[in-house]
Amino acid sequence: MSIELQAAHIFGDFHLDVEINVGTGVTALFGPSGSGKTTIINVLAGLVKPEAGRVVAGGEVLLDTDAGINLRSSRRRIGYVFQDGRLFPHMTVDRNIRFGNRFALTPATEKEIADVAGVLGLNTLLDRHPGALSGGEKQRVAIARAWLSKPRILLMDEPLAALDEPRKDEIFPYLERLRDVAGIPIIYVSHALSEVARLADDLVVLQNGRVVASGPVENVLSDPTTLPLVGVREAGSILPAKVMEHGSDGLSRLRISAGDLVLPGVDQDPESSLRIRVLAQDIILSLKEPVGLSSRNILPVTIEALYRGDGPGVAVRLQAGEDHLLARITARASEELGITPGLNCFAILKATAVPKMSIATSPNREK
Amino acid sequence: MGLRPEEWAALMLSLKVSFWAVVISLPLAILVAWVLARREFRGKALLSALVHMPLILPPVVTGYLLLLTFGVNGAVGRVLADLGIVLAFRWTGAALAAAIMGFPLMVRAIRLAIEAVDPRLEEAAGTLGAGNLAVFWFVTLPLIAPGVLAGAVLGFAKAMGEFGATITFVANIPGQTQTLPSAIYAFLQVPGGEGSALRLVVLAVVVALGAVLLSEWLGKRVAQRIGRR
Repeated sequence: MSIELQAAHIFGDFHLDVEINVGTGVTALFGPSGSGKTTIINVLAGLVKPEAGRVVAGGEVLLDTDAGINLRSSRRRIGYVFQDGRLFPHMTVDRNIRFGNRFALTPATEKEIADVAGVLGLNTLLDRHPGALSGGEKQRVAIARAWLSKPRILLMDEPLAALDEPRKDEIFPYLERLRDVAGIPIIYVSHALSEVARLADDLVVLQNGRVVASGPVENVLSDPTTLPLVGVREAGSILPAKVMEHGSDGLSRLRISAGDLVLPGVDQDPESSLRIRVLAQDIILSLKEPVGLSSRNILPVTIEALYRGDGPGVAVRLQAGEDHLLARITARASEELGITPGLNCFAILKATAVPKMSIATSPNREK
Repeated sequence: MGLRPEEWAALMLSLKVSFWAVVISLPLAILVAWVLARREFRGKALLSALVHMPLILPPVVTGYLLLLTFGVNGAVGRVLADLGIVLAFRWTGAALAAAIMGFPLMVRAIRLAIEAVDPRLEEAAGTLGAGNLAVFWFVTLPLIAPGVLAGAVLGFAKAMGEFGATITFVANIPGQTQTLPSAIYAFLQVPGGEGSALRLVVLAVVVALGAVLLSEWLGKRVAQRIGRR
């Protein structure tokens, strides 16, 4: 199952001009407000008709402005989880999640409905009306409703944006489970890099209606040229890691391809696979292996590439084992240390620099 | 309250005429209200003006236009007469006149209810596979049901009180086309008829007041229902 999208559209002084191919797994559309993320999924869902465009899903042409083809949204079989939930206020949760059943080609069976309700933790909510639900509960219902309409693609438009931080943390495990069991491509729109880093397999970065970077999320996020796009405070790389052991002092030992990291706040079981996000600004580089340092996280790395932006900083891509790290250091330090591609050095990471929010279970899927 | 047979006949006729006036015009009123609330097209202002005409025109003008159109010699009346349907000077004509006079009120109430429904809910229903009709039936209609009822009650009350267009189109024949207001008018024209007229006036006030209160209450329900997110 793959989706191809080309669209060109003009809204006043906003020009959208994109070409995106999406495969299985979670593809995140990331960019600031007004970059065209929501417009793109609205074109996919048939809620916005671009002036020129073509959408093909699994070989079926859903939109082709040249050929005069434009399937109505009700015919596209594309599920949509809206930012604001949009649950039907006059129906119970149970009737909400069964709504799409009436129109699905192969309606969901009772077992499937029970399974989805279970995965999203809705079993105690089924008789309630949306008015009696919290924001996080509403979004879980909205996800179940879209999923049970048996779509071939699931679109999620910033499903967490309306929630506060504790609610986001509460809903994340459900999203991770959805990603692992849904079995259909998911397009996840977000302007929060922490969400993208936790969930996405692939990343498309948008700016002013154009695609400025795309590819596997680890590659895009460790590419120094994307640092200005995602912002210096948010930029960082993603590393696959495995839980080795939990210490009695609250620290856990994780294995990554370049060595071991000792981090706090890991509550996943030993042997489980995680992905951790390491912010570029939390890495310190040292030419010699440091001794007498408080940090336990010292990794041998090789400089791969440098990118000097407009500011005083330099983004440095590091080869760490089989993976990549992104570090941000000052241009002055870069010059004084003689940082150039090919140089071997050491990356130091403070244990408390990786917050709990940056540690997620990795996709349970062969890539 | 003891009603005399002719008073009783006028009340029952008015109830029958009003009931049928609402039943025949409600589906069309919902359709027109939906079109005005949800669709943009050329001539929308004209349609809206046409719907509201009976509210603005003198009722006697509406009645006379009905007579010209649906009378036995009218363009439509002649065709209907060939089919065996005669409206002029029959209670069915009274129902038609009442339906047309109440139509703007019904459309207005239903249109307001539809406009209060978040179109994004209808959009969401579309992405779940529901076509336009299904969206209307399963989402829009349940949400506007109290508004539709409110419109129907208003239309019913208007029909109960309709006088000018009715008397012009179907006259004032006791037992056949003499509705409650026509009967009040007739009783006031004869000496000693004040007693009957007063009894019918009380009835008319009670029915009208009850209808407006019911309509208000139903209107509140629609707001609550749509506010229930």
